[in-house]
This record gives sequence, structure tokens and C-alpha cells, in this order.
Amino acid sequence: MTVKYEPVIGLEVHVELSTATKVWCNCKNEFGAAPNTNCCPVCMALPGALPVLNARALEYTVKTGLALNCEIPHYAKFDRKNYFYPDNPSNYQISQLDLPLCVGGHVEITLADGTTKQIRIQRIQLETDAGKLLHAGDDVAEADSSLVDFNRAGVPLIEIVSEPDLRSAEEALAYLNKVRSIIKYCGVSDVKMEEGSMRCDVNISLRPVGTERYGTRAELKNVNSFSAAARGIEYEIKRQTAILEDGGEVEQETRSWRDAKGISVTLRSKEEAMDYRYFPEPDLPPVVLTAEEIDRVRASLPELPDSIMHRMMNEYGLSAYDASVIVAEKEFAEWFDRAVLLAGKANAKAVANWQTNELNRVMNARGLGPDQIPLSPEQVAGMLKLIEAGTISGKIAKTVFEKMIETGKDAATIVKEEGLTQVADEGELLKIALEIVAANPKVVEDWKSGKAGAAQWFVGQMMKATRGRANPQLATKLVTEALEQHAGQG
Amino acid sequence: MAAASTYKLSATRLNRLFLAGELSAVEITESVLQRIKTVEPKVTAFLTITAERALERAKKLDSRRRAGDTELGALAGVPVAIKDNLCTDGVPTTCASQILKGYVPPYDATVVERLHGSGALIVGKTNMDEFAMGSSGENSSFGVTRNPWDPNRVPGGSSSGSAAAVAAEEVPISLGSDTGGSVRQPAALCGVVGLKPTYGYVSRYGLVAFASSLDQIGPFARDVEDCARLFSVIAGPDRRDSTNAGRTPPAIKFGGEPSLKGVKLGVPREYFAAGIDSEVKARLDEAIRQLQALGASVAECSLPHTEHALAAYYIIAPAEASANLARFDGVKYGHRTSGASGLLEMYGKSRAEGFGPEVKRRIMIGTYALSSGYYDAYYKKAQQVRTLVMRDFEAAFAQFDALVTPTSPIPAWGLGEKTEDPLTMYLADVCTIPINLAGVPALSVPCGFAGGLPVGMQLIGKHFDDHKLLQYAWAYEKVTNHAAARPALEGGL
Ligand SMILES: [Zn+2]
Repeated sequence: MTVKYEPVIGLEVHVELSTATKVWCNCKNEFGAAPNTNCCPVCMALPGALPVLNARALEYTVKTGLALNCEIPHYAKFDRKNYFYPDNPSNYQISQLDLPLCVGGHVEITLADGTTKQIRIQRIQLETDAGKLLHAGDDVAEADSSLVDFNRAGVPLIEIVSEPDLRSAEEALAYLNKVRSIIKYCGVSDVKMEEGSMRCDVNISLRPVGTERYGTRAELKNVNSFSAAARGIEYEIKRQTAILEDGGEVEQETRSWRDAKGISVTLRSKEEAMDYRYFPEPDLPPVVLTAEEIDRVRASLPELPDSIMHRMMNEYGLSAYDASVIVAEKEFAEWFDRAVLLAGKANAKAVANWQTNELNRVMNARGLGPDQIPLSPEQVAGMLKLIEAGTISGKIAKTVFEKMIETGKDAATIVKEEGLTQVADEGELLKIALEIVAANPKVVEDWKSGKAGAAQWFVGQMMKATRGRANPQLATKLVTEALEQHAGQG
Repeated sequence: MAAASTYKLSATRLNRLFLAGELSAVEITESVLQRIKTVEPKVTAFLTITAERALERAKKLDSRRRAGDTELGALAGVPVAIKDNLCTDGVPTTCASQILKGYVPPYDATVVERLHGSGALIVGKTNMDEFAMGSSGENSSFGVTRNPWDPNRVPGGSSSGSAAAVAAEEVPISLGSDTGGSVRQPAALCGVVGLKPTYGYVSRYGLVAFASSLDQIGPFARDVEDCARLFSVIAGPDRRDSTNAGRTPPAIKFGGEPSLKGVKLGVPREYFAAGIDSEVKARLDEAIRQLQALGASVAECSLPHTEHALAAYYIIAPAEASANLARFDGVKYGHRTSGASGLLEMYGKSRAEGFGPEVKRRIMIGTYALSSGYYDAYYKKAQQVRTLVMRDFEAAFAQFDALVTPTSPIPAWGLGEKTEDPLTMYLADVCTIPINLAGVPALSVPCGFAGGLPVGMQLIGKHFDDHKLLQYAWAYEKVTNHAAARPALEGGL
């Protein structure tokens, strides 16, 4: 009998906080400045310089913790993590070892089959980002020379450590998306993977299904995108399964993910594991937070995606799927709320349909990010008002929708310029219906013999003759009238 | 009008004469620079002399005074020397280490800003044990400083140059740093006053760190009033140092009849244990009688964990140092080896070439003590001992206003006498180290001579009672003539 294995996955997510200044000094925290222009004695670790905690970085960490349902201890401290590397000017990182700012949270993830699962968060710690190395060669060991840019050194970084509650690449991806979404709602980071403001390490092991004990884990580093995390996990599951099925043992080690090649390679074995020689940071007093201070941060929390999703489902009757697509991005949810405000609650479902179908399709096709929505809530609300008033049909609306995106004009202007107003004149439509009926005796015969779809065919012809502008209900009614009149004559 | 002996005057007196227009800042500076020129070959207290900068500032100060400026400051016109581990914008700051040879900081330490703000004239940077690690000054990689009382003896350390410069009348006052006794012990060995302020009173911003939780910048002077004046200038709030207490010391007034009436003094017996020089003990006994004569009540007491303090210190200080000195790696500033073929080799060679043996020894001890598997046995245990030492002091201060001990169990020893045996050297700080572990203030004041060499009495106080210690020491100084004693440098050295 073959043993089935189950992956056990935990993630360490690193997020750069978008504070105006760095965590220990007053240097600007910005992306893309000329090398070594945002530096000072503190963040370059010049002799004698000392760190001072940025109050906003502390607030942002606590805010993230509260949004991820963490407990905020009243007493936390910082520790030094010692390691030599040229991107780290002091050769130690100020981090948090045993008393981090946030402990014991959780997030709920929704999987493709609609099931939900709670993923526990062990801790969130505030620490320091390093500078950036540019090598004249493949890496620091091979390069003839290397240059260091300290602009990023000292940027506040939080590390969100999950419990090993994830069981597949899909779950890991859902978790990453959920954490990213919540952080964005909190406004504490722009969470851009491409600018390195969100990164993650993956811990993964396998165990026989049905057993409790964890297997030996490998840590996967250099995972630079969500999709790379998923690919890395899939690869590790295969790699470790093959070892176990061969009767081998998985080594405890740190591995590096090479996304371009789709493989992971050994970075450090257990024997070579770093000894960081942590000890309490003597330059910083412990952080003591009162219940009032924590409550003040709690009061500043925005409405979070889970709550917005429930509101959308309960108040507007949206499907769980539509609601989840909309709340996944803060910008989408804000866009939706504004459009509903303008178009009226009765149009909420229609807004959701347009947003999750047409708009989503256009944005995917054009590769637009959530901060690049090509249509305003005002435009879509204007269009829905025209449908509501019977000025345009749903079919015409599709054309109007596309033109709005193309031109940026509002719906009324487009309808006017393009002559797309719905024809609702009964006399005129009946005249057209009678003409079509007269011109198609064969189909009339079909209709008479009760053939299904014949009446619908005439409605289609009506729409064609009016270029889609006929009011669909009216057209159906008048086709029947015309057929009956025709039959009466015949 | 300037006399040839202007340099001999106290800081307080120089400031008064300058403000009164009786001496110009330039005259004072020139007198001091001349004195340095004369005795520096015999003492070698300085690593850098900033004559031009000092004269430049002196000129500006003189014209401000002539223009009627009345906000010139408590040290206006007073020359000062500072230890070479205090960062000075545009002036080399080396910590007496090859690894920082030629390093010029782009900013001033907070205490340097405060000195400038008070009108002080920094005339130079003083020699020290490399990175403040040492008790004799001999660990400087730029040569030894000699004790002005006997050129064949050490001045103490690590603030060797700052203590010797004041004792040799090269400057009236100076700054040092004290991690385990580095101000008080050389003050005692050189026969001057030295204060280790309460931890958190003086900003450490710009002090090149040795052991962050123990380091404190402190003043040297030839009398208590000058010491207090310099302390008042450097102490106070600074947001750039998160361990700064944000407190401004109260104004310290001296005058009237010296008296210690109502003051309760404790004499911890552990500080007079085996190893103390008999003459040092005799001077302390005399000093204690004089304190009693001033009206103080004196009783013996106990600080039972004293014997473990030294061991705890030699774990905690090196542990912090091992991280603090990691930044000296040849990457950004300071010495970089030539011809290393890779990163690790560059790190290794740069540090091997740049650090002296005592610094390497302590980095290794600290690294070892923090290593996984040893942390609990060493670092954690040392922190527990530190807590016990603090409690000893808390218990003592529930009964006493201050404690009286020798500053050093022995007077200045011969150059080279202890360099081969680091452990006996470490024992020289046995009376000063527990104070840094507890973070309380302590000062050393001259209390006579042992075999012609100065002896210091240490007064230890409660947190932020620095001003009280200075007042007690002032009263003692008034009824003795130790402050007037000067080494004879003009004669045959
Ligand atoms: Zn900076």
C-alpha cells in the first residue's frame, strides 16, 4: 500500500511599511531615488549614531496586527540579530526575537470551491530592511566588485509569520492574497511585489496523511512573487515526495528558489545554519503600550474586506463570488461603493455584474492594475440610469460601456452622439414588425405550426432592423401582435 | 591681562575673567596651546590638536563679547579636551584604533554640540585605550599616555589622555567616557575629579559605542566646581538617544560653610576586601574620618553581590561590543585591507589588521557568550547577576544617601607591568564596574597620596543624585588641600 503525503506549509511574509521616513532615522522612505541620497549617520551605521523608533512605524505594525486579529502585548522589545553582509551597514539587524509587537492572529481564506479556512498567525515583528547590492558579476562571491545603495537600509519592515496551517499551493496563494489585501486596506504599505515591498519565505514539509507529527522542513528563500510561491511549493512537494517515496529522508535546510529554471537549490544545510546571536537591543528601551494607545489604533482601522464582503452580500444581495472579487482590491471596493452611491441601491447588483464581468475582462486584457481602473463610477452610474429610464437597452449598454472606456465620455453624451436611444414608439415598431412578418411567409408558417423559436427569430430581426435600439419587451409584444394581425388577414 | 600662568586657572575662573573682559578667549587659548606644546612631549595626552579651529572659535567669541552678547555660555572662553571616541564634524575621530585611522565624522556628537553652544573651545582629541577597552591607556594603537605624576607609570584608562591632560594642566577640563570606570579610575590615578553620571543623563549620540547599556560620557576637572560646571553643560534631554532620560539636572550651587550634616554615608565592606593597597586603605580611612568631621553619619554596609559583578561585566560589555564593533568591516569607512580576493577575506583581514589584541579578545569573548548553546549559561546569567547588583544598591540606598569606597584598590602601576596579564588588569576596575551595571552615578575625588601617587575616593549615589554627590565632594574638597596638589612637570622629566 502506498503512503499518501500531505504538505504542511507556513509562510513568513515581509512587508515594507509606507511610512514617510525610515524606522530609526528621519531619512525619506521612497522608492526609486538616486543611490545613496536618502541616507544619514544612523541608517549608514556611522560610529556613534543611535536609532530612534519611528512612532508611525510602530502604529502601522500594531494596525496590521489588529487587522489580522492579533493580540497586542503591552510590553514588547527589540533584539539584535547579528550577521555580516555588506547590505547591512551595522552588520546586525534590529529585529524582535521573543517579545514581538503582535502575537496570535488569524485570517480566513476562501478557496475556489467556495470553502473557507482559518489560517493562524503566530506573530508580527517590526524590523529593519537592508540596503541593495549591485554586483559586477553573478553574486557577491563571484563579483570583481560590488556597490551598495543604502537608500532602502532602515526602511521599516514587518514580518508576518503564519502557523503551519496551509496544505497546498492554492491555500498559500489565497493566504498571500488575503494578507496583501488586508494590508492594503489598512494603508500601511503599497504591497508592491515588483518594488520589493512584499516578499515571502516558505517553510514546507511533508507528512503521511492522517498523522500529526511534522516532517523535516525545508525553507525556501528568494521567492519574489505570489505565482513564484505557488510554483516553488508545487516543486518542493514533488521533490520531497520523490525523496520519501524512494525511502530517503528530507534534509533540514535552507533552499533558494530559482524561478526562471523552476527549481530550488541548497543554500545552507542544517550544519551551516546561521547563529544570529540574538540579544536585547541596548540602544532601544522596551515598547510599552497602554490599552488606550492600542484602542486608539483600533479606532483608526478602516472597514476590512471580510466585513465589506458580508455587507455587500447582505445589503445588496451580491453573490459570494462577486463580493469576493470586488473586495479583493481596496480600489475595486471603493469603486463599487461610489458607483452604488451614485446609481442607487437598486442598481447594486447591476454594478457588481458590470464590474466583475465587463470591466474585469477589459482590465485583464489590458493588464491594468487595481489603481488603473479605466472607467469612473460616475460613468457606470450614468449608464445604469439610462437603462433604468429605458433610454437604452441592455444590449446597447454594452456598446456604450466600451465607448465610455475608449473615450472617457459619459454615457449620455455617447448615446446622443451615436444616436443609440432606444426606440419605444409603438406605432413605428409595429410598422417594422408588420413589414418583417410580410417579408418572411415561411417563418410565419413555422410559427403557425407551433415551431419553437419562430417568434424569437422575429424579435431578433426587429433588433437587427433597429440596430439593437428596439425596446426588447415592446419588440416581443409587437411581433406577436403583427403575427396575429397577419394571420387574421391571411 | 594674560599672565604666563593663565592655563593654570580653573574653568569657572577663566569663564568669569572672559565674561568680565579681563581675558580674551584668544589669550586663554594661546596660553593653553603653549602649555600643551611644552608638556605634551612628556605626557602625550593628545591624538589630535585642533589649534586653528579653537583659535577661530575664540576670535568669534571675542567679537561676540565685544558686541555686547550676554548669552555666551557657562564655558565661554574655556578650553576643553575631549576623548577621541566622541564624534567631531570635520576632525578625525579614531578611538585610538588603526581601523579608524584617518576617519573623519560628518557630524558632531550631542555633547560636542553642547560644548560649542556653551562657548567652550575644543583644543584637541585625547588618547585612550582602543575603543575604550582597557584600564591603563596602554591599549592605544597610537602610543601610551604617561601619568603626569610619574612618567614611568600609567595614567589609568580608558580615558587616559583626558585624565592626564587635566592633571598636567594642559586643559582645565575634559570629557571622557566611562563604561566600567574609564573616567573615575584614571581620575583617581591622575589625582583629578571625575564623574560617571547616572546612565541616561548625558546623551550618547555621537559617542562611539563600546557597551551601549553601560557607556556614559563624563567630565574631568581639577576641582569639583569645574566638574559640576562641565556636567551641567553636557547633561540633559536629547531625542537622538532613546536611552536618554530626558531630564535636566538641577542647578548646582556651591558656597557657604562646607557641611555634611544629616548626610548618611555607607561604607560597603566588599570594597575594602583583600587586594586593596594598605596605603590606599589608610587614605580612605582618613577621608572617612574627615567626612564624619563634616557632620556625616557613617556606617558599614554590604553589597553582597559585588564579587560577581566583575564576571558579569566581562560578559555583558564584550557581548554588546561584539555587535557594536561589527560595523567596522572595511566596507564603508575606516581601514580596508589591500588585496583581499573575496568578501570574507576582506572582512577577516581588515578586522585582523585594524583591531588591537584587547579589542579582538573582547569581541571573541562577546561572540562566544552570545552563541547558541552558551547564551543561557553566560549572557542570561550575567544579566541576572546585573539585576542582583542593582538590588544591592537599591537596598543600600534605602538606608544611605551615598556610599564611600576607594575608586581603585591600587595607585598607578608601572608602564608594561600588567600588559601581559589581562586578568590582573581587569581587577583594577573591581570598585568601579558595579556602578555601571547598576546605572547609578559615582565620582572620584582626590583624597591624598600613596607613595607619592594620587589616591581617589569614590562617592556613589542614587539615580539622578549626581548633583548631591558633587555637593558632598565639594564639602570634602573644601576641608582638604588635595585639589591644590599638582605634579611637577616643569622639572626634570
Ligand atoms: Zn537615515
